[in-house]
Amino acid sequence: MTSARRKSYGVKGAPYAFLFPATILFALFFALPIGYAVWLSLHKVQVKGLGLGSGARQEVWAGVENYTDALTDSELLAGALRVLGYGAIVVPVMLGLALVFALMLDSDKVRLAPFTRLAIFLPYAVPGVVAALLWGFLYLPDVSPFYFVLERLGLPQPDLLDGGGLYAALSNIAIWGGTGFNMIVIYTSLQAIPAEVYEAAKLDGATPLQIALKIKIPMVAPSLVLTFFFSIIATLQVFSEPTTLKPLTNSVSTTWSPLMKVHRDAFGEGDIYSAAAGAVIIAVATLVLSFGFLRAANSRNKRYDSQGAAR
Amino acid sequence: MSSLAVRKTAPAAGTTPGTVQGPPLRRRIALVPTLTLLLGAIYCLLPVAWVLIAATKSGSELFSTFTFLPGSGFADNLSDLNAYRDGVYWQWMGNSALYAGLGALLSTAVSAVSGYALAIYRFKGRETVFNILMAGVLMPPVILAIPQYLLMAKADLADSYWSVLLPLILSPYGVYLSRIYAAAAVPSDVVEAGRMDGASEWRIFTRIALPMMVPGLVTVFLFQFVAVWNNFLLPYIMLSDDEKFPITLGLFTLLEQGANTPALYTLVITGALLAVIPLIALFLVIQRFWSLDLLSGAVKS
Repeated sequence: MTSARRKSYGVKGAPYAFLFPATILFALFFALPIGYAVWLSLHKVQVKGLGLGSGARQEVWAGVENYTDALTDSELLAGALRVLGYGAIVVPVMLGLALVFALMLDSDKVRLAPFTRLAIFLPYAVPGVVAALLWGFLYLPDVSPFYFVLERLGLPQPDLLDGGGLYAALSNIAIWGGTGFNMIVIYTSLQAIPAEVYEAAKLDGATPLQIALKIKIPMVAPSLVLTFFFSIIATLQVFSEPTTLKPLTNSVSTTWSPLMKVHRDAFGEGDIYSAAAGAVIIAVATLVLSFGFLRAANSRNKRYDSQGAAR
Repeated sequence: MSSLAVRKTAPAAGTTPGTVQGPPLRRRIALVPTLTLLLGAIYCLLPVAWVLIAATKSGSELFSTFTFLPGSGFADNLSDLNAYRDGVYWQWMGNSALYAGLGALLSTAVSAVSGYALAIYRFKGRETVFNILMAGVLMPPVILAIPQYLLMAKADLADSYWSVLLPLILSPYGVYLSRIYAAAAVPSDVVEAGRMDGASEWRIFTRIALPMMVPGLVTVFLFQFVAVWNNFLLPYIMLSDDEKFPITLGLFTLLEQGANTPALYTLVITGALLAVIPLIALFLVIQRFWSLDLLSGAVKS
């Protein structure tokens, strides 16, 4: 904006001074741990003799050994597949609901909008652990109102804490917690669309459904991309919900998600070297998946733009 | 708006919109959107309503009476929770308030000063600094938390309040929001005018820019407060002494023990209810100050 003029005032040092605290914190709590994790992942412990006395346990270079171990580990792979399956439910359902609710909030003549908006956003304030705990109780046949109703109606009672039901149970917790936040993001960008756009469409005889599909959704595409992006990251890092459900069921193992396996390796088994390799792999997978998604979304948008310009 | 909305909770949850609204209805209510939103609201309020009622039940009532029938044990549950390990529950609540309050405050301060610098100044390496900070958003907490723990242990800080507080002060997302907000709210002419008057850069920031950034910073503070209050992984990894646990971790350990002794279930449920109340209250009070449109601003730029 006014960059050229600024320099003449001799304020060059100021931005660096202002960024000093962030830089220090970044170095100490981001860069250093990441570097340390990479370093650990390339090492292992070698035990000499009986492994007693000082110097008997030594850190030695392991090369990519920890990585090949992790990548060929069936537990990590199984965990990754579980999380992908879980994400395949959570992300589309959560964002689909968020989009539907946002469109409904934005529609004409809707009643109770402030109340429902607040109610749907409310779970955002509930910690994931507490959400998992509340739903966990609602999944317990002895306590749950759903089972009570199903029993009275003589309907079969699915087991939500085992097998395929567990995916539904875990997905539901994430959907419950995340829909409202995404709804607000999409709703706010819907509100930013100028009214004239709708007026024109209405004059052309467009129905509300057509307006939603042909105008509103394309116009909030950037918010959808952003919410997708953050949802993918959050899904790949699922940890606290399955960990909280664990005490209520036997079918959540300590390695249910890749992060849980990394945690178990580091603290359950004390093998920080394997754990570091697992953590680095998850980080790289997250980067690749989320940037891959962003690139795909951007190139689509660009194509869309150029088509629009051509018309 | 909010208080009115809250009072409507009870009737709205169970009835159709037609009976709730006072003024005479014409055919112009959009029935499908209203009903869809109501279903969504019921779904979202259901677990909260359940915990509200379940907390009133005694241990035996919990498993024997219909879920949505209030019980008679609320006072007992409260005093049990109060007595549990000499009131460690309140210690957990206090810890959470400390971690979230102090953590969010420090984090907002760092975000404000960094976001301002990134928005207002043009300097060498600006985009590089910004991109490196943003990469922090993508890092899975575990890849950071495990080496953070090991480093904290080396510095003799593991299992301390610092170990949970310090790693959370720099929030890439907070810096990102602050940058966008500073760019939108602080006109460069005003900064320029400050310089003409001979004010130092720091003085321009604290006296002129900071007040303009307050609404955005409230949002950053709330995001951070919620994020730290809801955090589980970092304290789970860092802490072993349960006197330092935040409420999320405390409830989790209570549930873990409860799996073997169902008598603790009522304690967990009552504890969960009390843990949800402060944050919901904070939301209701502060939502008018909370500019969520900042998010869509974030999308546009």
